[in-house]
Amino acid sequence: MEIQNKKHITWLLFVTFLKIGAFTFGGGYAMIPLIQKEVVEKRKWISDQDILDIVAIAESTPGPIAINSATFVGSKIAGFFGALFSTLGVVLPSFVIISLISFALRQFESIQIVRYAFIGIRAGVLALIIRALISMYKQCPHNLLSYFVIIASFAAVALLKINVLIVILCCGIVGIAASVLAAKRVK
Amino acid sequence: MMIYLVLFLTFFKIGAFTFGGGYAMLPMIQEQVAAHGWLTDEELINFIAVSESTPGPFAVNVSTYVGMETAGLLGAICATLGVIMPSFIVILIVAKCFEKFQSNKLVKGCMSGLKPAVVGLIMAAVVSTGGTVFFPAGFSAAALTSVPFIASAAIFLIMLVLSLKKINPILIIALSAVLGIGIGYLQKLI
Repeated sequence: MEIQNKKHITWLLFVTFLKIGAFTFGGGYAMIPLIQKEVVEKRKWISDQDILDIVAIAESTPGPIAINSATFVGSKIAGFFGALFSTLGVVLPSFVIISLISFALRQFESIQIVRYAFIGIRAGVLALIIRALISMYKQCPHNLLSYFVIIASFAAVALLKINVLIVILCCGIVGIAASVLAAKRVK
Repeated sequence: MMIYLVLFLTFFKIGAFTFGGGYAMLPMIQEQVAAHGWLTDEELINFIAVSESTPGPFAVNVSTYVGMETAGLLGAICATLGVIMPSFIVILIVAKCFEKFQSNKLVKGCMSGLKPAVVGLIMAAVVSTGGTVFFPAGFSAAALTSVPFIASAAIFLIMLVLSLKKINPILIIALSAVLGIGIGYLQKLI
């Protein structure tokens, strides 16, 4: 009975996240309301507070928000296999769709009308990236350290062509050092 | 054999060093994909549009696509597993000791450095993407008066205004495509 039940929940997790993966466009934060609807309201697996925790966790751990949330919810509800099947579920729709269209994409790109379309589209995509940049800027803390890190990391990558990975590591260390120093000053 | 391992490891690295949603991953992907010669800058920007118009997270879409293009289905599986694996492992660990992780001062300190870093990195991505969009053949004074540049600049400004008004990204891509096609054929007529 117990095992049967666990199998059933793992299956439900897979199907639920398959649906979430198939109906989220743009990924990341766009997924959160859908997770809330499916997992909190419909299945009542977790609470609204849990959703806030998930967002906080997903933001402070590496990797895409969609994967982080699926793994977290799955593991909370049904342990390792819950996490595994939730994650597989959320990934599968993108994987299948992109695999299927990747064959066509390159041939498609050489058609004249598509080439014109993509000249426009690339300009539109740049606008979308700037929108993402603005929302990231709003979310990040606004203090002297922040401004310094923004300018330093921009200059390091755009002007000095330093490896992105090294810049990320350094900024993490600077953040830790600053918080340790601040804690000492309080004492 | 080698290519599968390279795909897995490269996307593992991308997955492990990306913090935050949206395009936080873009600078890293741009760097790695260019370093391996897997996609040109233009192809990557085109693919962002494809990714915005298909379901699922950008990271998974782009890893599947690059894997598929370089080494077929098995390549796509290796790249996608690579990009997921770091999140999966870290979250499994964090889920067990959530309270401790949440209140950990080192984690908070680290995040206070990483959040602005992501902003700076995306700014760098905007500059390099802007270069590819406006000056695909490199910067020159002559390019400033060419039809593709003026068309791109005009479409960009319109879409920037629309995207700041929170218009759906798919609609923005569709509109950009229509304008691109319109200007393309108009230029031929003249």
